[in-house]
Amino acid sequence: MALMRLTSPHAHGPMSTQRVMQNVLLATVPGIIVLTHFFGFGTLINIVWGSIVALACEALALKLRRRPLGFYLKDCSALVTAFLLCIALPPNSPWWLIAVGIASSILLAKQLYGGLGYNPFNPAMVGYVILLISFPIQMTAWGPPRGLGELPGLMESLQACFTPAAYDGTTMATPLDLLKQNDSLLIKDLWGQYPQFGRWSGVGWEWANIAFLAGGAWLLYQRIFTWHAPIAMLVSLGLLAAIFYDGGSSASGGSPLFHLLGGATMFGAFFIVTDPVSSAVSVRGRLIFGALIGVLIYTIRIEGNYPDSVAFAVLIMNFAAPFIDYYTQPRTYGHSNKRGEK
Amino acid sequence: MRKIFDFHGGIHPPENKHQSVRTPIANAGIPPELIMPLSQHIGAPASPVVVIGEHVLKGQIIAEARGFVSVPVHAPTSGTVLAIEERLIAHPSGYLAPCIVITADGRDEWAEHSGTPNYQDLGTGDLINIIHNAGIAGMGGAGFPSAVKLSVKPDTQIKTLIINGTECEPYITADDILMRERADEIIEGTKILRQIISPEETLIGVEDNKPEGIAALRAAAQDTDIEIVTFPTKYPSGGEKQLIEILTGEQVPSGGLPSEVGVVCQNIGSTVAIFNAVVRGQPLISRITTVTGESVREPQNFEVLIGTPVQYLIEKAGYQCEKSNRLIMGGPMMGFTIPDTDVPIVKTTNCLLAPSETELSTPPPAQACIRCGMCAEACPASLLPQQMFWFAQGKEFEKLEEHNLFDCIECGACSFACPSNIPLVQYYRASKAEILQMRRDHEIAEQSRIRFEARQQRLEQAEQDKEAKRAARKIAAQQRADAAQESGAEDPIQAAIDRAKTKKAAQQQAGGAGEENELEKLEKLVVSTSKRLDTASAKLEQAKTDNSDLVAALQKGVDKTRDKLAAAEQALKDYQHSVDTNSSEQPSAGGAQAAIEKAMQARAAEASLSPQQKARLDLEKLQKRLQKSEAALVQSKEKGDEEKIIDALESTVARLRTKINAAQQQLSDAKDA
Repeated sequence: MALMRLTSPHAHGPMSTQRVMQNVLLATVPGIIVLTHFFGFGTLINIVWGSIVALACEALALKLRRRPLGFYLKDCSALVTAFLLCIALPPNSPWWLIAVGIASSILLAKQLYGGLGYNPFNPAMVGYVILLISFPIQMTAWGPPRGLGELPGLMESLQACFTPAAYDGTTMATPLDLLKQNDSLLIKDLWGQYPQFGRWSGVGWEWANIAFLAGGAWLLYQRIFTWHAPIAMLVSLGLLAAIFYDGGSSASGGSPLFHLLGGATMFGAFFIVTDPVSSAVSVRGRLIFGALIGVLIYTIRIEGNYPDSVAFAVLIMNFAAPFIDYYTQPRTYGHSNKRGEK
Repeated sequence: MRKIFDFHGGIHPPENKHQSVRTPIANAGIPPELIMPLSQHIGAPASPVVVIGEHVLKGQIIAEARGFVSVPVHAPTSGTVLAIEERLIAHPSGYLAPCIVITADGRDEWAEHSGTPNYQDLGTGDLINIIHNAGIAGMGGAGFPSAVKLSVKPDTQIKTLIINGTECEPYITADDILMRERADEIIEGTKILRQIISPEETLIGVEDNKPEGIAALRAAAQDTDIEIVTFPTKYPSGGEKQLIEILTGEQVPSGGLPSEVGVVCQNIGSTVAIFNAVVRGQPLISRITTVTGESVREPQNFEVLIGTPVQYLIEKAGYQCEKSNRLIMGGPMMGFTIPDTDVPIVKTTNCLLAPSETELSTPPPAQACIRCGMCAEACPASLLPQQMFWFAQGKEFEKLEEHNLFDCIECGACSFACPSNIPLVQYYRASKAEILQMRRDHEIAEQSRIRFEARQQRLEQAEQDKEAKRAARKIAAQQRADAAQESGAEDPIQAAIDRAKTKKAAQQQAGGAGEENELEKLEKLVVSTSKRLDTASAKLEQAKTDNSDLVAALQKGVDKTRDKLAAAEQALKDYQHSVDTNSSEQPSAGGAQAAIEKAMQARAAEASLSPQQKARLDLEKLQKRLQKSEAALVQSKEKGDEEKIIDALESTVARLRTKINAAQQQLSDAKDA
């Protein structure tokens, strides 16, 4: 009797790449809800439009590369890229901005390198940085959060996206902008002067960060990634903020909580830094990778030209990931501590 | 409570062990035909000691161990040897391998055997001999000869003897059921092992998912100092290296043996087999095999004779072939699919798994590696599987080795954890095989290189030796010359040159330089050819005695040389002959000076003769020469000599005749006068 021949192992775990991606998508939901609550429907519209463009770009690239569409589209990786980039974009961004960003992410940063698993840089962050450098005005046009100004309704947001010329929205400096521009006020006075500052960080921003932290915690629980990189990043960012807090003087870099719950910190820590493809892989490597991203975020936030810096920090460390991996190989069973020796 | 340690990585696949332990061990019975592969262990295959048609008894040795790392094979029941031939065996590659096929006679008649219940009186060597002769090889899966494992070097102190009852692979319960039903035999076997290697402590390691087995072992070990150690269930804690780390906290050095950290491990099944061999005198002819999976109606453990065809065994468990399309020998993690149900159960077969498609589904096509690192988290050897996968795809073998590919134990945890369904272990297995092949090729190339270089060196050495001898001779000659000069004697070289010069002058004077050279040449040719013939004949004799395959070639050479010699001798003879015939006109080579003198004397004598006398004398001489020449001509013609020679002789004869005519004319003129 002839039998089927397969190689071991015959058993397989429950995890699949598709499920990993779906879990990541699911984990962004709390953050999206909070962003929508504070900044209106813009983020949602970003995501829907971005996802359509992302799937179209992915399909186009797969077709050009003569790969089966269904098999690769169903891994949901294009959707993850779209979600992450669109969350990072200002709400009420024009359609073409989103399209250019997504096309850069999917076509340039991902498919040109060989598709999922082969991209050395985080695709969403490549798209974000291309947009930030090319269209700085649109990319810093964050509207006022709920309570500090009129929120655009659904129709207005749709208008802002698809007929941007006809839309006249208001924008407001973000807390990170304010801190960067401040050179005379004590932190306490700064807080009193601008309504954008909330309990710990920026109004709306702090809750969005908490929501992304919750999503990240759930992913950790699901063992989608390990704690090493995000926690190392948060610790190094918090430590630097504590060191340079300077008692809240006018030269202060802001409190640790301000940094941890401000800007894209939590989103970056749990959704960007944890991108497995472009990060370091060994345990020690991930600790170093995350910690250095934290250092870069703080440095660029305080010393750089851009108010927030997760994208730049991550891309710079993407460069370093293979190098880090090379020097942080774990000690193999039965070998001494030195690499390559028995 | 003993401190236990954890090892890196590991996974928790569904255990699925409960299905097969609901009933006690069943006897599988005697199949009509048993197939005994000669190699069921790691090491040299056994060599058959029975002939086709021979009747064998149960427990009789049918194939002997070849060397120390090898074990014998015994007849599992009484019957007749049907064939000794290549049969399909249980191997992932579907190999054919030499097997002894036995037709059972159903009487199950034992060969004479006797055990030693008082094994305490036996020495270590005796015990190891018994274990070796009983054909026991590691029954946990690898099949390493137990006797070899137990023969630790005398200077190695073994601290811990570990009996491996972990059985971490899902589905398999062969060890579990042994613990439940034969705990006493396990403990007794453990005592025998302890007697052999006298460790400081003896542990039986069991995963905590076998409470019944643990309880039975604890009860049996009550009055002994054998400790039953339990630890959390995690695959692959039953791997020898992992178990050693769990129980001792030590890691076996890469490429090393457990004895290097003072540990010897034995499997539960092997321990029971050792008990049977020592106490009952029974060789390893049966084992416990779990038959399980959703495609069998009654999953259970069988006591099955080694050599039983898989088909026979799975039928006993109610195999439903329509439900399953693959049969796995071993567990779902490290087992391999067998090519056919005709293959036999061997000493290492701990499980036959017949899964349904829903139970263990056919793997979907692999997706891209997203470097999630779940494989690295699962790897019990702390490797970086995803990096190795990258290198394996690119065939970067050096990098693979740098990443310690050969420390991979192929447990399959990485493949199990991989969300993209990449068959990682398969990549490592293939790469290992390729690297090993390359190493073998390299070794062969290296040997050829060494051989070639050695030959070059030898030739160079010979050349140098020759050169050195030449130089030595030169120096010696120089010294002799110097010595001669110093002592006032004649310089030998100068003397030789002078001699040569004199000789040449003499020859020139005699006008026979050409013939002289020709003759010398021919003589030299004869001498050198005969010398060559001698050496060639000697070589031929040597080759003949050595029975070398060069005989034919040498023979040919000798024949050729002999022909040449004959030709040279002939040429020499002919030449001498022709020279002799012409000697009056062209003085012979030998003594040019003498010839000259002779000629001068003759002239002087002639001068004193009367013209008539002189003419008569001339005539006589000429007639003599004519006779000689004619004789030579006839001889040459008879022999079929070269035309040139014959022509020369003919012209000589003609010339002589003319001369004789002239001489007769002269004589008659003189008479008239």
